[in-house]
Amino acid sequence: MSAMFERLEREFGVTNITELKPGLTTLKVAKDKTETLIRELRDREGYTHLNFMTVIDYIEDSLFTVVYMLHNYDRKDSLSIHVDIGRDGEDMVSIHHLWAQAWTYQRELREAYGIRFPGSPRQDEDFVLEGWDQIPPMRREFDTKKFSEERFGHREGRSSEEPREHMKVNLYPNRGGDEQ
Amino acid sequence: MIVEWLGKVGNFSLTLLIVTGYGLLVGAFIERIIAKVQGRIGIPYSQPFINILKNLFKRTAVSHGIMFYLGPVFRIAGGIGTLAFIPVIYGSDTFSNFSMAGDLFLVIYFMFFGQLGMALGAGESGHPYAAIGIARGLSQMTAYEVPFALAVISIVIQYDTLSITEIVAAQQGGWENWTVFTNWVATLAAMLALLGMTGYSPFDVFLAPQEIPIGPPTEFHSAYLSLLQTNRALFGATKLVLFMNLFFGGATGWVELMIKTWLIYMVAIVIGVAFPRFRVDQAIRFFFKIPTLIGIMSIVYAQMVLTS
Amino acid sequence: MIKSLSTEDTLENAGLTAEEQQLFSNARPKAYEPYPIKAVEDFANWARANSLWVLAFGTGCGAIELRPLMTARFDANRFGVAGRPTPRQSSVFVIGGYASVKTLKRIIRSYEQMQGPKFVIALGICPVNGGMYFDSYNTINQFDQYIPVDLYITGCMPRPEVLVAGIMELQKKIKQGRCDGANRYVENFDWYKANQKKVIKNWDMPDYNW
Repeated sequence: MSAMFERLEREFGVTNITELKPGLTTLKVAKDKTETLIRELRDREGYTHLNFMTVIDYIEDSLFTVVYMLHNYDRKDSLSIHVDIGRDGEDMVSIHHLWAQAWTYQRELREAYGIRFPGSPRQDEDFVLEGWDQIPPMRREFDTKKFSEERFGHREGRSSEEPREHMKVNLYPNRGGDEQ
Repeated sequence: MIVEWLGKVGNFSLTLLIVTGYGLLVGAFIERIIAKVQGRIGIPYSQPFINILKNLFKRTAVSHGIMFYLGPVFRIAGGIGTLAFIPVIYGSDTFSNFSMAGDLFLVIYFMFFGQLGMALGAGESGHPYAAIGIARGLSQMTAYEVPFALAVISIVIQYDTLSITEIVAAQQGGWENWTVFTNWVATLAAMLALLGMTGYSPFDVFLAPQEIPIGPPTEFHSAYLSLLQTNRALFGATKLVLFMNLFFGGATGWVELMIKTWLIYMVAIVIGVAFPRFRVDQAIRFFFKIPTLIGIMSIVYAQMVLTS
Repeated sequence: MIKSLSTEDTLENAGLTAEEQQLFSNARPKAYEPYPIKAVEDFANWARANSLWVLAFGTGCGAIELRPLMTARFDANRFGVAGRPTPRQSSVFVIGGYASVKTLKRIIRSYEQMQGPKFVIALGICPVNGGMYFDSYNTINQFDQYIPVDLYITGCMPRPEVLVAGIMELQKKIKQGRCDGANRYVENFDWYKANQKKVIKNWDMPDYNW
């Protein structure tokens, strides 16, 4: 295992290899080496199953981290590959020719985050949201509660069961409030 | 003459009401029995009647054209027409309907006529599932009509008449005179055809309730659907009455009619619940093999053995 | 063939292409009157209440409670409830839980194809105020802005016994003649349509789906 990681560090420039728990390791790689690294892991090292592909939005550092989770059935070992890309319309390398299910994940990421995967099939079709006219909704600058209240409205409840209100108003009305 | 004819029409209306009510009740009974087998209570006995009433009381309807409107009309005309020429109770003036010489051929024709009218109506509705259902239904009907027609020809040869009243008359005088005992080959072919005629499992692919939504009646609603539901009960009961007259000795009273038709229907149901649904090509292949062979044998049997 | 209608009887159908416009009707829906004789109307309501045909379209998580309702333990058949596969033949539409915008377009299409006195039951808390998904960008918060609702059954999800109680309540309401959701829809048609179009941005169907 560690021999494999040393080789990966040497040949692909992999950094930050961390073992989160026995059987799950994460590592970081640059964007231009991603596809060759994943292909190497799939063909030579036995990581033949793509579990999922997702994105973490680090808005404070203004970057997206694309995460690929690969699984090795011989060693019963998972490997999580993190790739940093920019947040403003940067394209990402597609791996749909390695696993057929990847293009579904890539469609979802294009719709939810706005990351395009050139070459991936059916990229620009609507996936879940039909007629969506806002920014991609999973980005953290999209305020989903505000959008929901504006677009769909808000129905006031008939009564509130909040304990703080109940105590302040009903149980201890003369006690004073927050101005302790 | 006119008064007599009007009297006949009035008697026929009475028969129509009784047979339709009986058909609906039989449907409810069968549903309840199936429900008991599945461990639940099931629909109330009045449910088929309430369903028809509810569809009649719908306040809106959408029509797709004149043929769409005529489809259920043709279907129920086929049902009423079939019943009009079958003597229901033998020996009774009131319930002999419009039977005459040669009415057997007319009845066989009317049975097909309803389905053709339905095909035109379903085709006009424009729903693709209706078209699929009708294509399957008509092909299957062509297939099961073959052994039935052969069996009918066989008993025509046997009894030397085309009038249903005379066929029933020839079967009176003891249960050993029934066609099922004198010409069991023809009865066997016809009972196999009955499995297809009732539209019950295993030959319900044209309805296919989970496959294509309901098949030919997909687009029919409101008053059109209540016509189709009424016809379903009426036509089903009529076919059973026809079978009873041709093969099981006819009935001289309403109780005897109800018992005999119930038992004939139970044969189809008992076989049906044991089998899953056949595909339409399997169904057609089935009907063209053994039942047709038995039908041809029944003609040979009637010609050589019975009329020698 | 559509008879020639005056312009205020027709709808715009702006979402359709030119050749599709000839395939769909652009007539406005009309409200229906109850029967003039009260005894007939009461009898009709009794028949409608005792034979509720539910559209077998599970729109959300409520569908998982409809399945046990139809099977042996909670048997809805004894109340006259049966499932129908096509909206043309059904009279009750059960909104099972949340309605996403994509499903809402199909719900509208199916609801408008239903005939005559039609009733809508909303299951769960999501059609009332958004429920668990109150802050989601894809689910609606107040369902009766888009389709008139006759009965709410709250819960997340309500158990089949609660559904049976709701069906009995709906039957009582129908027999009293208070279920006029279809007429409300037609009378406030422009308001409902404006709400629907505000939410559904890719309107490529006719304005009223006959």
